[in-house]
Amino acid sequence: MEMDTNLALLLVLTPFLGFLINVFFGKSLGKTVSGTIGTLAVAISFIVTLLLFNQITTTGKAIEVTLFDWIQISNLKINLGFLLDQLSVLWLLFVTGIGSLIHLYSISYMHDDENLHKFFSYLNLFVFFMITLVIGSNLLVLFIGWEGVGLCSYLLIGFWHKNQDYNDAAKKAFIMNRIGDLGLLIGMFIIGSMFSTLDYATLKTAIAGASNLNLPLLSLAALCLFIGACGKSAQIPLYTWLPDAMAGPTPVSALIHAATMVTAGIFMVTRLNFVFDLAPDVQTVIAVIGAITSLVAATIGLVQNDIKKVLAYSTVSQLGLMFLALGFGAYEVAVFHVITHAFFKACLFLGSGSVIHGLHGEQDMRKMGGLRKAMPITFWTMLISSLAISGVPFFSGFFSKDEILLTAFHHSIPLYVVGSVASIMTAFYMFRLMFLTFFKEFRGTEEQKHHLHESGALITFPLMILAILATFGGLISLPGNSWLNEYLAPLFTKVAGEEQHLGTTEYTLMGVAVLGGLLGILIAYIKYFKQNNVPESDENITGLTKVLYNKYYVDEIYDAIFVRSVNGLSVFFRDYIETGLSTLVFGLGKITDELAFQGKKIQTGSIGLYLFVFVLGLCAIVSYIFLAQ
Amino acid sequence: MDNILNQIGIENYIFLSVVLFCIGIFGVLYRRNAIIVFMSIEIMLNAVNLLFVAFSTYHQDAQGQVFVFFSMAVAAAEVAVGLAILVSIFRNLGSISIDNLKNLKG
Amino acid sequence: MIHIPDLAHATTVQVIFCFLAFITIATAFMTIFSRNPIHSAIYLVICFFSIAGHYLLLNAQFLAIVHIIVYSGAIMILFLFTIMLMNLNERHQVHRPRITRLGAIVSFCLILIVLIAIFINSKPIVGGYDSTGEDFQSIKVLGKILLNEYMVPFEFASILLLVAMIGTVLLSKKEKLK
Repeated sequence: MEMDTNLALLLVLTPFLGFLINVFFGKSLGKTVSGTIGTLAVAISFIVTLLLFNQITTTGKAIEVTLFDWIQISNLKINLGFLLDQLSVLWLLFVTGIGSLIHLYSISYMHDDENLHKFFSYLNLFVFFMITLVIGSNLLVLFIGWEGVGLCSYLLIGFWHKNQDYNDAAKKAFIMNRIGDLGLLIGMFIIGSMFSTLDYATLKTAIAGASNLNLPLLSLAALCLFIGACGKSAQIPLYTWLPDAMAGPTPVSALIHAATMVTAGIFMVTRLNFVFDLAPDVQTVIAVIGAITSLVAATIGLVQNDIKKVLAYSTVSQLGLMFLALGFGAYEVAVFHVITHAFFKACLFLGSGSVIHGLHGEQDMRKMGGLRKAMPITFWTMLISSLAISGVPFFSGFFSKDEILLTAFHHSIPLYVVGSVASIMTAFYMFRLMFLTFFKEFRGTEEQKHHLHESGALITFPLMILAILATFGGLISLPGNSWLNEYLAPLFTKVAGEEQHLGTTEYTLMGVAVLGGLLGILIAYIKYFKQNNVPESDENITGLTKVLYNKYYVDEIYDAIFVRSVNGLSVFFRDYIETGLSTLVFGLGKITDELAFQGKKIQTGSIGLYLFVFVLGLCAIVSYIFLAQ
Repeated sequence: MDNILNQIGIENYIFLSVVLFCIGIFGVLYRRNAIIVFMSIEIMLNAVNLLFVAFSTYHQDAQGQVFVFFSMAVAAAEVAVGLAILVSIFRNLGSISIDNLKNLKG
Repeated sequence: MIHIPDLAHATTVQVIFCFLAFITIATAFMTIFSRNPIHSAIYLVICFFSIAGHYLLLNAQFLAIVHIIVYSGAIMILFLFTIMLMNLNERHQVHRPRITRLGAIVSFCLILIVLIAIFINSKPIVGGYDSTGEDFQSIKVLGKILLNEYMVPFEFASILLLVAMIGTVLLSKKEKLK
């Protein structure tokens, strides 16, 4: 028991220690040392996670660590404790594992940045909060992590704070997340008031043992929690921050905005599966929103020209697919996709980072092309990941995406169709990206062409590891013989996924999905390889493409509806309410001032008078004490 | 040994102290000369000391007298410092009337 | 109520007490009323001597001696020195407005009435006075109490006096002209 507590503390506090060292001494330590410390801190956490994973798989029992009683108000009791069970350790594996790789990558990627130590301190802080989020034993500890990762996301998006656009993007992400956080908080309050606990284990028994639950209220709680998940995991209507978040350095996009933080919503829903299982209406809402998000984001992704924007919309779209699975109660399927997605999307982002690094900051795909020869490792790893995300057989994405679509098919045909269309589009825009970036002739300037080179080993090594994982990651949950489902089985109340039979329907669906993916790739091949099309420059975009290119004008609509009205309200408050209030407040001040001015005339400074009054007061007090009875 | 209070009575000492104390207060209020004010304060202190000693005899306990020692030590210190302050005031203002000390004015 | 001893049958002690009390109060008044500060100081010395007489009457011999040394000796000499140093005399008598005098008299009467009223209202003493016959105020006993129970305050008193001495020297030192 003591051992477990120490391990858990080591796991959490190592990144925090790394943060402290980097924040206070990073500058004087120098870039290489600072980066090494940051990477080591996360690597140690990864090693601890491996130990814990080993322990969990051997014993099959969750490790519970309670540090101390935190809040105790009447019958509400909240511990500061950690719960290391199958789910959280699984999450830890890829948070710390991919986190270590991305830290390693950043040493090289950020090497020319003057604030490298700051970057690493933020990254370490992020990992600390992410670990807290994942291993908290109750919703409040999760909330600490939840807010913490939001803060780090804000700091890292606005890392290059000399550019005002980047600052705006950071603010946008933060504010959008606040809306979701409010939902999460309200959900927590409802659950806390219903069951007087926020502890997962206690909550689970309480819900299982309750005879007459207030189901509508519980559904409301579930809906509020889902709003929180929407904000963090970028679902409609709170998704617009994620594409803008690409303003941050690319490793940040890979770590926070693809692999880990954005999956916090899925983690939370999976964690509270016993709550969501009791709210079928909310589950339907989740499924529908997931499907719509996946389709909308995919359509926008079709026409984006910024390499990172394409990947960002792809992330939103994939997250939508995960929520689709969550909505059908297929939690293990969603978790599976989270893992494979973490592998291939981190790889894609890091690959795009390598490309951007090679082109000295160029992100527009129209000015790339032909990089295949100059950057072979980047090309091959990104190709593998693109194949994985497109659902080409035997790559990891094939298995996970197929399972989601399979689940959708069993529950709702329309949503299955939506999901499939989104998948086809995914295949298309991913290969559009590949063809535009790596094939044909280079379209940039001569000087850039001259400087083209493969990135260093610190960049390519993580890429290769991730590419290998993206290839073989699917093996953890093969259809019909799923290690992952067995591993996660203790978490779910229902018998998960009612034992999949691999019948003809399933094989047909698989075939359809594969064909769809290949179709998407084929269209991209014809359009961008055979016909050698290059997307037109911004002025020449017309029609539907223009709508898509401008992201359905969602930002503008939000601006018109919310930002303008809030601004109008602010102006009203500033001009009328504030004036009134300040008159009132200043008036009070003036009255006090005047009273004081009159009152100070009593203070003549004459000691004789003071003594006289003093004696009178003494008389009064003495006679009150002794004579008043 | 006969208790002296059997002949005089504690109440007479109390009255004496009260009157002496009131004379002290009166002096403080009546006079403007800071030195006389000081003397009045000494009178008040002595009134209290006298009462201490009377009650010490009444209770047949020496603690009352011990307090008088401390009160004397404090009085001695107070007078020394107070008079030094008066001297420096007199040097600066050329007068020791407390009416001239109006720095407490608001 | 005030018990005025019958002078005809008064014991010696009672006569001495009345005499001392009269001197105490009278000189206290004279201290306040005399116009010349030096006269005030001399009246005060007499007043202190009479208080020392009270202490002797109460058989507190050591205290009486200390009282004479500290008050009549040290403090009053200090007063006289100061007065002479400033060369104060009747010239320095400041004008007292009538309102001040009235206020002083009013508050004197008031506090006297209040204190006496309190005393009269309080529980009267019943029975005689104890006389344990135990020695409680000889120098020996006082010294033991002072240096056992009251050791720490005693030492503090010495520190207080030291600090007062330093402070006095500092205060009365002439400031150098800049």
